[in-house]
Amino acid sequence: MDMNYEQSVKRLEEIVSTLEGGNLSLDDSLKLYEEGAVLSENCRKMLSQAKLKIKNINEVAEDD
Amino acid sequence: MISDTILSVSQLNNYVRSLLDGDEHLKNVFVSGEISNFTEHLRSGHLYLTLKDNTASIKAVMFAGNASRLKFRPENGMSVIVRGRASVYERDGAYQLYIDDMQPEGVGALAIAFEQLKEKLSKEGIFDAEHKKNIPSFPKRIGVVSSPTGAAVQDVLNVLARRFPVTEVIFAGVPVQGEGAGDIIARAVADFNYLNCVDVIIIARGGGSAEDLWEFNSENLAREIYKSNIPIISGVGHETDFTICDFAADLRAPTPSAAAELAVPDIFELIGYINNIKERLLSSITSKISLEEMRLDKISDTGFLKKPSVYIDECEKRLTELNRLLNIYIQNEVERKINQSCMLASKLDTLSPVKVLSRGFSILKSNGEILASVKQAQPGLNIEIQMSDGKLNATVTEIMK
Repeated sequence: MDMNYEQSVKRLEEIVSTLEGGNLSLDDSLKLYEEGAVLSENCRKMLSQAKLKIKNINEVAEDD
Repeated sequence: MISDTILSVSQLNNYVRSLLDGDEHLKNVFVSGEISNFTEHLRSGHLYLTLKDNTASIKAVMFAGNASRLKFRPENGMSVIVRGRASVYERDGAYQLYIDDMQPEGVGALAIAFEQLKEKLSKEGIFDAEHKKNIPSFPKRIGVVSSPTGAAVQDVLNVLARRFPVTEVIFAGVPVQGEGAGDIIARAVADFNYLNCVDVIIIARGGGSAEDLWEFNSENLAREIYKSNIPIISGVGHETDFTICDFAADLRAPTPSAAAELAVPDIFELIGYINNIKERLLSSITSKISLEEMRLDKISDTGFLKKPSVYIDECEKRLTELNRLLNIYIQNEVERKINQSCMLASKLDTLSPVKVLSRGFSILKSNGEILASVKQAQPGLNIEIQMSDGKLNATVTEIMK
């Protein structure tokens, strides 16, 4: 999965509101729930990699 | 003027005034001094003040037309340089300064330059609100333009590390004061755009005097900020300091720390939000499942699944009912048939020969055969006469035709 945090949260919000809307078959609900559970875990992971990285602009320029 | 002539006060004042007005030097003088007794005449808009130094003072007036062009508000105690003419107010015999223009001493020249540049860039639309870019909600990489040795960059990094440590900082060290610093800062902004390596740029510098912050009023910097495709947050100086950089930036923060706070969300809030979403996810699927369970319960509670015997009873009842209806039908049918046959029997009865006999007719038989013609008989034939209530045996004695 290649979603960044912003996209993940957006998709997660969609899933929750769809589920909360309630007009779904049990099958579809469960599928969405699984997708949502994975997404929320990913989001949490992204947030918990808590270390500020600092680079100098010269290094970036050299990288390119 | 003749010494023994007696003058009126008006004449004297008028004469002195003409002397002063005739002096080329007094027509356009620059005078520095401190403002005191400052009053602004509310209705007319004229400013009245006394300009003084350590040992002397002079009354001064600045008429509304000139006063309205001032970029700052004069105050008591303020050191200023004024330009104007020295003359006499004839009514009071007062010698005073008529001020055309006034500048605060010291930063005055810079202040004017600042206002001029601000006005120029503003007219060009460099500060237009419509041009401002949105600051991204979740920047992955943040460009920080600041002095490598200043406190500002530490403030910025501290806030970023505390609030949103999942981001990466690309640091561009620049001088933040002194001739040419503005151009170097502008260059850093251009570099970030050229490398296109960050989602947002913070320009940061701690507080200082107006002179210290001067390089952030660079025209080049303003234009580079305007050109930037990357949103820029300006955190230069302290709350009350405004620079051209602040006006040109997409977002102005009162301090470097505030700039960092505006650049990133608070990770604890985000984690709280994610947890909250996770709970909603869980509760929505749980309620979905219990809803389905309830539906299932409802289905199995009613009808066949719950009590098959009830269903069978129902069938039996129906069957009995059908049976009953069938019996009724059959009975009716049989009765109808019986009635029908009775009717036929009585009809038949009326045609019966026995009935005829009772009316006096008889049936003749011989040897069991009915005699319907005299031709069947001859004299001496024994015949049987059948009557309604019995039989007679007789012998034919004569045949007549």
